[in-house]
Amino acid sequence: MSEIQIDKIGLLVGLEIHQQLATGAKLFCRCRPIESDEYSIKFSRKLRITSSELGEFDPSAIFEKSKEKTILYSRNPESSCLVEQDDEPPHDLDHNAKETVLIMASALKSNIFNEIYVMRKLVIDGSNTSGFQRTMLVSTGGNIEVNGKKVGVQSICLEEDAAKLLQDSKDTREYSLDRLGIPLVEIALDPVSGTPQEIKDIALTLGRMLRATKRVGRGIGSIRQDVNVSIEGGGAVIEVKGVQKLDQLEKVIEYEAKRQHGLKIISEKLRTLKTEKIIVNEDVKNVIDIFKNCKSKIIQKSLAEGSSIKAMKIKGFAGMFGWEPYPGIRLGKQLGELVRFFGLGGLFHSDELPNYGIEELEIQQIIKILDVGSNDAFIIVAGNEKKLDIVIESIIKRIEDAKNGIPAETRAATITGETVFLRPRPGSSRMYPETDIPPVIVSNTEIEQAKSKIPKSWEENLLALQKQYELNQQLSAQVFDSEYLDLFETICKDKKIPPNFVASTLCGTITNLERQGMDSGLLKTSDILEAFSLVIDGKIAKESLEMIFGSIMSGKSKTISEAIRSNALNTIEDTELHKILDELVESSRKIIEEQGLRSMGPLMGLAMKTLRGKVDGQKLNQLLENKIKIKIDKK
Amino acid sequence: MSQFGYKGKGLEFLTSNKIEIGNQVKIHADLIYSGVIMPRYEHSDDHHIVLKLKSGYNIGLELDKIKKIELETTSAIKKEVIRRSSQPNPKLPKILLLSTGGTIASRIDYRTGAVTPALTAAELNASVPELSIIANIDTEVLFSEYSENLLPEHWIKIAEKLDSYSTSEYDGIIVAHGTDTMQYTASALAFSLAGFPKPVALVGSQRSSDRPSSDAALNLIAATRFLIEIHSPGIFVVMHNNSSDDEIACNWATRVRKNHTSRRDAFKTIGGPPAYIVKANSIEKDKMFDIPKREYVPKIKFDSRVLLIKYYPGLDSKVIDYATDSGYRGIIIEGTGLGHVGKTMYAAIEKAKKNGVFIGMTSQCIDGMVRMTVYDSGRDLLNLGVIPLGNMIPETALVKTMWALANSKNSDEMTKLMKESIALEFSD
Ligand SMILES: [Zn+2]
Repeated sequence: MSEIQIDKIGLLVGLEIHQQLATGAKLFCRCRPIESDEYSIKFSRKLRITSSELGEFDPSAIFEKSKEKTILYSRNPESSCLVEQDDEPPHDLDHNAKETVLIMASALKSNIFNEIYVMRKLVIDGSNTSGFQRTMLVSTGGNIEVNGKKVGVQSICLEEDAAKLLQDSKDTREYSLDRLGIPLVEIALDPVSGTPQEIKDIALTLGRMLRATKRVGRGIGSIRQDVNVSIEGGGAVIEVKGVQKLDQLEKVIEYEAKRQHGLKIISEKLRTLKTEKIIVNEDVKNVIDIFKNCKSKIIQKSLAEGSSIKAMKIKGFAGMFGWEPYPGIRLGKQLGELVRFFGLGGLFHSDELPNYGIEELEIQQIIKILDVGSNDAFIIVAGNEKKLDIVIESIIKRIEDAKNGIPAETRAATITGETVFLRPRPGSSRMYPETDIPPVIVSNTEIEQAKSKIPKSWEENLLALQKQYELNQQLSAQVFDSEYLDLFETICKDKKIPPNFVASTLCGTITNLERQGMDSGLLKTSDILEAFSLVIDGKIAKESLEMIFGSIMSGKSKTISEAIRSNALNTIEDTELHKILDELVESSRKIIEEQGLRSMGPLMGLAMKTLRGKVDGQKLNQLLENKIKIKIDKK
Repeated sequence: MSQFGYKGKGLEFLTSNKIEIGNQVKIHADLIYSGVIMPRYEHSDDHHIVLKLKSGYNIGLELDKIKKIELETTSAIKKEVIRRSSQPNPKLPKILLLSTGGTIASRIDYRTGAVTPALTAAELNASVPELSIIANIDTEVLFSEYSENLLPEHWIKIAEKLDSYSTSEYDGIIVAHGTDTMQYTASALAFSLAGFPKPVALVGSQRSSDRPSSDAALNLIAATRFLIEIHSPGIFVVMHNNSSDDEIACNWATRVRKNHTSRRDAFKTIGGPPAYIVKANSIEKDKMFDIPKREYVPKIKFDSRVLLIKYYPGLDSKVIDYATDSGYRGIIIEGTGLGHVGKTMYAAIEKAKKNGVFIGMTSQCIDGMVRMTVYDSGRDLLNLGVIPLGNMIPETALVKTMWALANSKNSDEMTKLMKESIALEFSD
């Protein structure tokens, strides 16, 4: 095991940014993109795709086919209509979305086509009710300047966002249609070499450019990065999907670089070994009898489900499944991800056994049945009989691919910054024209207009923010880069509340609560607006916001009023406040007599115990001080 | 002149550069684009050409911006031939699928984006493989028309073809049909082939068969199951029962109506549930549904001199005069409510009746009975000789009138035919 030298492996990264537009409507109907709590309409579908149609064009679609499921859809008529239900042809292209993408393309100096064709891109996992995503290539070429270097733009597309996955179980998959059809701009950049930090800067710059148009969605899920990662001499370019945060992006690139280089080292070693092809009829055996009394939980569960258990010998592979050129990077893990994709619990390989409840006695029996030699390895895998054969075929293919380095596949980013196998890399030929929509004409006048609307740069925007709201540079940058810019401007519009306080609450308090493990996704924009207007109206104290937001973000309360009630945060009437403070001063007579004004500290502490969040801190301080002074003077 | 949608300057550009549709080319414009020249939509302008890029996207390039075009390869678009993958299984029931148009199944060439209908048995089985497990399907293409282009002559062709198979070895016959006028064809077959001894299912698709979400395949599978499992003779329209892919309704031909422009479940049995519902593991019959036995005597004739007219406030009675003067032999009125038209129509109706024109009354309410004895205006119309047609659907009444006129010798016989239930066109 050694440390990876990331600048010496020929790392190339191509970014593909998917940015939701905030145009107030979907791309091909006028439904509002809102998130629903309830779905009154439900329906179920099966998507069909026949292998003859696909020919050899699309391995990923065939792969999905092997996982054929009933798809359940839930929709709310406020956020979706028959278009999303695929029960009505698409309406005209949203002109707002069209204008926005033209502005973005102009800002990136990309060449816009005069005739744009809406295409259907086959997607048969159910995330599009139609079985395809509508997408159009708007422009090609162009560049963006990042830290003095130009990064090329490959293409800019305008497309529909997919439905949101609610649940994925054995036979069914469930989606909600709120998000389906929201306009998305996809910007693909040229692959560049550089450190993960430099790549992150590119994403940050591009993201800021998009946000400067003030026409983009903000918040989790409104921007997603896909990254295409490859290393020199590694082979395939790996597509990693679904990076949602920039910090995650850096980690994902680091992990993927390490994984690919690790697999390359493994392949080089494999080529020096004497290995043999796996022959299904000889090397794969049903071993269910051996495991009748096995203690492994996965095996027990499989037995209970009536599954089959098979073992496979791999000649010459001894030690190769568990070998880690870098920590955590080993062939066994890749195989585990593959079988999990098929819905199996996992797989056991000889390098990790005995373990997980599989004991020496069972291992010896497998060695005997399969005639495993000292240079050979074996694998055990359990699952539904019919499925198992497909899975074993995939495992064999993956093991054979291991010699060649990195197989082409699509991977998904995890929250922790790793990547896991998602599906084989799709072919490119799965597009055909959307015949329900005529070509979109872009006149040269429209292109000129778009050019005139290119937004101010990030730096200019920051200066404007600083000036208008008297924020310091750091805070204005935080506000601009956060998901709360629009909200911030709305709250501060009437100048009834210090912008500094609003900015630090939105970018500081909420982030802190998030760091404590709370979920900002639970806190809706409308909640935040409501809370601030209560502060403005004097119904709650500024100081109570943290408790209120915490209560919602931790899931304890569902609404602002519930949070206020459960934390007893309503401001109290002045008469009540005076009464409490008078009683406090009265009962603390002795301390006041002894310490004079210095008693302020301990008394404030006592007052806060009952009044935290109910009274503005400054006001409380003032009142208490006055009362103490009066008491001293009376004396 | 237009070729693949290219005309004028665009066509000239291609011809002068010796470029044909399907050619792989390299185009020098702001950037260099490689791709395949694609057809243009009809009615497009003449100063763009369409290119399919390697990424799969189509784009339109403005002629004025093109500096140079180079031919790379001339490989024409190949047509893939599908051969029958499995031999027919002699143990399975036999079904005939007659195509009349409307693509119930199709294949997509993702290289060119072209959609071609699956018409042969082999193509059909390749598109809908489930079919080959439940039946041996033979196919026959009768014609290929959008259903809005169909005429009574087409009904006759279909009916005659079905008649020729009335004693064949087929367990049932599927008629693939565009959905727009499917209910008219269904009625025409129901009247002209009343008593037909085999089950017939009209099947179409509301959502095009070139999409993975299409309703076509499931309608087709359900129709096949219905034909071979139930053996109920007669004409049915077999389409989705709701928006989900879990229930397919078998609607009786004369009681069905297309009630939505685009939904999968556009076809509804009026005034009651569908005759049968095909579910995943069962086929459920409506308890009330019952076809009286009837001897099969085909009467495949139609007289299309019939007008279907919707009454509305302000309707000019000259329309009826025009029909009378032009030799129309029947008028079906979609009256208001229980079956009424305004007084301003009376004179024209009277004149029509005097000229021997049959006038039948249905309701524009679609659902419910015509009852012309309740109000004065209804009684007036009865006196004028207007025949109330119960709860017959207006479109069904139109087709029945065309059929009855061609199959009766005089107006008494005609009126009798119209009042008699021939093919369950009255639902009570
Ligand atoms: Zn909609």
